[in-house]
Amino acid sequence: MEIPKSFLGYKRENGRAGTRNHVIILPVDDISNACAEAVANNIKGTIALPHSYGRLQFGADLELHFRTMIGTGKNPNVAAVIVVGIEPKWTKRIVDAIASTGKPVEGFSIEGVGDIDTIAKVSKKAQEFSMWASEKQREECPMSDLWISVKCGESDTTSGLASNPTVGNLMDKLEPFGVHLCFGETSELTGAETVCEKRGKTPEAQAKFKKTWNDYNDFILKEATDDLSESQPTAGNIAGGLTTIEEKAFGNFQKIGGCQFIDVLEPAEEPTKGAGLYFMDTSSAAAECVTLQAAGGFNIHLFPTGQGNIIGNPIEPVIKLTANPLTAKTMSEHIDVDVSKILSREMNLSQAGDELIKSTLRVANGRLTCAEALGHKEFVMTKLYRSA
Amino acid sequence: MSNTDIIIHDEKDNVGVVVIEKITPDQDCNCWIMENDKSVSIQSIDEIPLGHKIAMTDLNEGDTILKYGHDIGKVVKNIKKGEHVHVHNVKTKKW
Repeated sequence: MEIPKSFLGYKRENGRAGTRNHVIILPVDDISNACAEAVANNIKGTIALPHSYGRLQFGADLELHFRTMIGTGKNPNVAAVIVVGIEPKWTKRIVDAIASTGKPVEGFSIEGVGDIDTIAKVSKKAQEFSMWASEKQREECPMSDLWISVKCGESDTTSGLASNPTVGNLMDKLEPFGVHLCFGETSELTGAETVCEKRGKTPEAQAKFKKTWNDYNDFILKEATDDLSESQPTAGNIAGGLTTIEEKAFGNFQKIGGCQFIDVLEPAEEPTKGAGLYFMDTSSAAAECVTLQAAGGFNIHLFPTGQGNIIGNPIEPVIKLTANPLTAKTMSEHIDVDVSKILSREMNLSQAGDELIKSTLRVANGRLTCAEALGHKEFVMTKLYRSA
Repeated sequence: MSNTDIIIHDEKDNVGVVVIEKITPDQDCNCWIMENDKSVSIQSIDEIPLGHKIAMTDLNEGDTILKYGHDIGKVVKNIKKGEHVHVHNVKTKKW
């Protein structure tokens, strides 16, 4: 298949391009959710991103909170942002960082005003932003404007046999076009960590990966009551035939095809070393991982599943594929791309990769994913430790 | 091409994955090795559902299970060629 050279995206002020055109109402903290949700209910064309944290966090955990908030606002799938927090200082820090992209952003704080007057003020601004964004048109953008993140979930052996290698085939074919690519899931590389380490393009990237994985493993050894065998593999994984974390890891690893990673990112960190594949240190919990990748600036997500994970994200469209013929049949409303014919050998890997590229471009051009149509908007902050 | 019942990732692997809804005891199964595009056959002992593994050789306690050509765990209970391989007879080497 000849791979298209472009897609239709929304060009942003900072030179990036979005596959979506969201106006978001972003609460800084848990207690500002009610206000953000009231505004999104008032003003059509806006979405609120409620979450559970943002108070009394400190140190690396607080930095991760800010990085996730700011990265979400900066994502090119977002046209304009309103930040609402209980107090002005943290709100302003987030607003100022998002403003560096040149997109419209405004902040409001609730203390001394109350919910009702804040909702009125924010609603007026949200209406202005929503109507402004509604006039934005899709324009032709080069493939290199695609930033593709990947993560698999509810995996089974069909993931490692077919749906993950299909994603790997897409990576192999799109990497030469200057696309940014990202995989994560530190825990789910356990067993394949030394093989994965060797995929670092430079000794620095390899060393950084090794340190990241070792730090994670030390944390597990410190916190775990016995081992992770009750969590990794999950009950769903085991029902699907996956026996050990090593088996899951080698299946997971198929998603990067033959690509080498050029750098290792902190959770929610934006890549700065140009096009190519990045590894991001993330949890393997689906919603946490995709939230972090979206905050890193990725604008379209590929999610292979075996037993049928149903996750979506409010700003980054999540395309699901499966090679499990039973899942494709019983959960068809969640599956964007069915590659189960690989198992019956009616389709080869390269044909499946081509199908996935076509579907990815249709979604990049505006087609709703199953998760979007079904209203999945999982926005989950990663918390490193308890608050003060 | 006859129907494929079992797919094996790598020539070195000692397990294969069932890719039909299930295989039944004493079924003669067609296996396809992805790495070299060769075919082999095996007779099953157990009923094994889609996505679950079958032993391609006899395996003894302490042996290593190879899949994708890599170590994915250790045998904790002897397994006969054709038997179901899963959490009841294989464990992780991690943790």
